Amino acid sequence: MFKKLIAVALIAYPCAQISAQTSSDSYTQSINGTKLKFDMQAIPAGKFKMGSKTGKPDEQPVHEVKLDAFWIGKHEVTWDIFEPFLYRDYEKQASISAIPAEVDAVTRPTKPYFDMTFGMGKEHQPAVAMTQYNAIQFCKWLYVRTGIFYRLPTEAEWEYACKAGTETNYSFGNDAAKLGDYAWYKDNSDNKTHQVGQKKPNTWGLFDMYGNVSEWTYDQYIADFYSQSKDKTVENPVAVPEKLYPNVVRGGSYDETPNNLTSTARLASDPSWKQLDPQIPKSNWWFPEAPFVGMRLVRPVKTPSKAEIDAYYNKQPIKDF
Amino acid sequence: MKKPINQQDRRDFLKATAMLAGGAMLSSIPLAGAYASGSDTIKIALIGCGDRGTGAAFQALSTKFNIKLVAMADAFQDRLDSSYQSLSGKFAAKMDVPKERQFVGFDAYLKAIPLADVVLLTTPPGFRPIHFEEAVKQNKQVFMEKPVAVDAPGIRKVLAAAEEAKKKKLNVVVGLQRRYQTNYRESMKRINDGAIGDIMSGQVYWNSGGVWVRPRKANQTEMEYQMRNWYYFNWLCGDHIVEQHVHNIDIANWIKNGHPVSVQGTGSRAWRTGKDYGEIYDNHSIELTYADGAVINSQCRHFEGISNRVDESFQGTKGKIYLSGSNQAIMKDYSGKELYNHNTKGNANPYQTEHDELFDAVSKGEYRFSNVDYAATSTFSAIIGRYATYSGQTIKWDEALASNISLMPERFAWDANPRLMPDEKGLYPIAIPGQAKVI
Repeated sequence: MFKKLIAVALIAYPCAQISAQTSSDSYTQSINGTKLKFDMQAIPAGKFKMGSKTGKPDEQPVHEVKLDAFWIGKHEVTWDIFEPFLYRDYEKQASISAIPAEVDAVTRPTKPYFDMTFGMGKEHQPAVAMTQYNAIQFCKWLYVRTGIFYRLPTEAEWEYACKAGTETNYSFGNDAAKLGDYAWYKDNSDNKTHQVGQKKPNTWGLFDMYGNVSEWTYDQYIADFYSQSKDKTVENPVAVPEKLYPNVVRGGSYDETPNNLTSTARLASDPSWKQLDPQIPKSNWWFPEAPFVGMRLVRPVKTPSKAEIDAYYNKQPIKDF
Repeated sequence: MKKPINQQDRRDFLKATAMLAGGAMLSSIPLAGAYASGSDTIKIALIGCGDRGTGAAFQALSTKFNIKLVAMADAFQDRLDSSYQSLSGKFAAKMDVPKERQFVGFDAYLKAIPLADVVLLTTPPGFRPIHFEEAVKQNKQVFMEKPVAVDAPGIRKVLAAAEEAKKKKLNVVVGLQRRYQTNYRESMKRINDGAIGDIMSGQVYWNSGGVWVRPRKANQTEMEYQMRNWYYFNWLCGDHIVEQHVHNIDIANWIKNGHPVSVQGTGSRAWRTGKDYGEIYDNHSIELTYADGAVINSQCRHFEGISNRVDESFQGTKGKIYLSGSNQAIMKDYSGKELYNHNTKGNANPYQTEHDELFDAVSKGEYRFSNVDYAATSTFSAIIGRYATYSGQTIKWDEALASNISLMPERFAWDANPRLMPDEKGLYPIAIPGQAKVI
């Protein structure tokens, strides 16, 4: 089964020759037709040691991973750019030109019956409580708006970007006492999210990789997934999700303790995140009991084919009972 | 504003007033008859097969008791079919709903109710009074969704049926799930024990981005269109201050152990003004004044793109509390000392707890639940809120409860016209404060 997952992965994430990036590769993406924008940091192609010798069993064995170059969001996605996707009428207000028909045609989330900000606010605050399907549809909306293929990071990409060349528990070393300089977490968050980008970035310029919100990856959570890569160098690994649960979120949140905020800690999504949804079928879009989950964008340097992009965005949601 | 009321209404009104004055503390009264042994099957019927009704049926069938779904009813064939499909996918062994026990149309409830021991009433709220009345008349135990009515005549019908249900010792659970949610229950225990003194003020909110819209389709009669896009029509929904905000107003009433004696407020259609949005307002801000002089403020609005808030705060003579449906409860005294902080993780699902507790009582033949007392009180508090914002007047509880203004159509049929009809542009008349006659 693991072999199959890797094989599927290679189709979805073509392992093409590594494109060269220049030093000016980090960029600001404007969302066409609006005044909204966000920053993307260039991450070079390379190899790294994935997992942790001292971590939990699902973080082992440590194995070598080789990744193509990509860009990753400097910040977690905020409500500022998520809400025009969520609310079609608000999108009109936030737009400086007419909304193109192809943008209007993108499937939008059902409006959440509950308040999905959980009283934590919107301005520069990370967007939260979206399902993985919702996060991917947001990427599709961005793609239709900008023409650029955005997607979720794979687990490997996320960990590579988080470690930023280090092999310690945190990218700043092993001393959890320093976590407060880099992260909003249980001890300093006052039990809520905070505006992005207020803490120190890692050496690759990425803010809030630890804490604030746990971030969606594309991978299915498989506890012993790394065991198939033992003593190998795997290229662009990903466990393509075939089931609705569990999928992997990374980085820990405002609600987590330091041991769950390491570069390698893996958290699995759970149906209980949706138990406060009283409807059947349950929403494909929202987790009313996961205010701690958010997202960060990735753009691969080698753009996949149109067919691959469509396949990525247009996977039908799995009904949730 | 006071109007004459006819004899039947007067009787209902007097009964209703007496009931509200009396309150109700039920003990577990063993009932003779069915299910006492726990070996018999409890038959349930689902009246209202939308996503919430289907969810309620899932919860009933997820309890540990021996339950079978034996009948389903909905106004629409397609809603019944999708519900049946979802339920069959998960609970095939507990489904016993052949075609002849699937009923469609306005009168479908009349055919489904007799077939069950317990009925789930989960249509849009406008129908709740007639469905509840029928269920009680036929001696059925009830789970019904909030709110329980949309106007004063509907509330009187519910209160009269509630009296009957008590006489007959029929359990009635209402889907105000915060009453079944651990953070609220734990907090109310502490508040009743005096943890923060007497509650003198509060602020309750449902400020969100709004809900679904079902645009008009070709070939729909006006009745079908309103039934499909029901959230935006008061005879079906009651406005979002009733349909949604009743949750938070119910917490105000719970903590005050009563209901407001008068309500005043303001509201409008500031933003959501298009023809897809029927007649309801997009914002209401009201002030609920209780008999002891305590004042609780409430806001509810459906605005996109701005700050949201769905929670409840109260200030007592000795401390304050913050509560939310996301399992939060933080109680502090005025020195800032934390008196209670509920763990938001690992809580039971309150929607499931409602059914676990109801069917536990039913299976043991015990009479434990008359949730309709507080549900009708809180529903009517929200309805009065709408009366206040639509009219611009201060509305007194007793006067409002006597109102004979019914929002319901005179005839339920696909070719019948609802009371409110669109103009040539597809827009509906909107209540204008100072002009609108509400009670």
